[in-house]
Amino acid sequence: MKTPVSSMLLVLAASFIGSIGAGFLKAGAAKLHGGLRYLFLNGKLAVGVAFFLGSSVLYVLGIKHGQLSVLYPLVSLSYIWALVWARIFFNERFTSRKLAGLCLILLGILFVGLGNR
Amino acid sequence: MSTDSTSVEVRAAAARRKGIGLVVICTALGAAGQILIKIGADRLVHPTLLSTFLGFFTIPPLFAGYCLYALMTVIFIFALKDGELSILYPIISLTYVWVAGLSYWFFHDTLNWAKLAGIVIIVTGVAVLGKDAHK
Repeated sequence: MKTPVSSMLLVLAASFIGSIGAGFLKAGAAKLHGGLRYLFLNGKLAVGVAFFLGSSVLYVLGIKHGQLSVLYPLVSLSYIWALVWARIFFNERFTSRKLAGLCLILLGILFVGLGNR
Repeated sequence: MSTDSTSVEVRAAAARRKGIGLVVICTALGAAGQILIKIGADRLVHPTLLSTFLGFFTIPPLFAGYCLYALMTVIFIFALKDGELSILYPIISLTYVWVAGLSYWFFHDTLNWAKLAGIVIIVTGVAVLGKDAHK
């Protein structure tokens, strides 16, 4: 079975949108003070959740066709985008440990995808 | 080193561990949610937008699965409050590990060498990320 380019693009878009969602959740989480009800009164969190939902719709559409060995690693690119947002918007540092951990995770996901053939 | 800066570092380390622990819980909830959604989705004979929407309320595993997703999101937000996005977000990848195990258990999916190697490598990567102090 070949993986259609459209599936790859959908999954790639899902990974990108998901990472933006995570960024909004992080931005919203910083403003959480006090009780649970503030979860629902926080615009950034709402935007983050909306991006997550959008991402999961694209993901489900994307993995309908094609091989998980190709699509799983594409999804995991989300972690790389998030690393970039973390650096730009939250002043989190790139460290060699973070990069090493991330590379191992990407490699591991590639293997899990290969195993799903 | 003064006692003050030591206690600040100890507290920072404890907060970091708490965040990582919360995300690990998220991944277990997310994996359980995925399995429940898969079980529920298999009961949708001809999935259309409407039947899927109705199924959300009438098929208990589907409902439970999405509830776990919601709970996971809330816990993830609390983890992000004091944690670094660049460390916590990639730890979500542990979900792949639980899903591979649970699929083997529930759906008798194969667990071959590639999946096992992938699981070991992901767990190693998460461990490396988790140890990231302030270097």
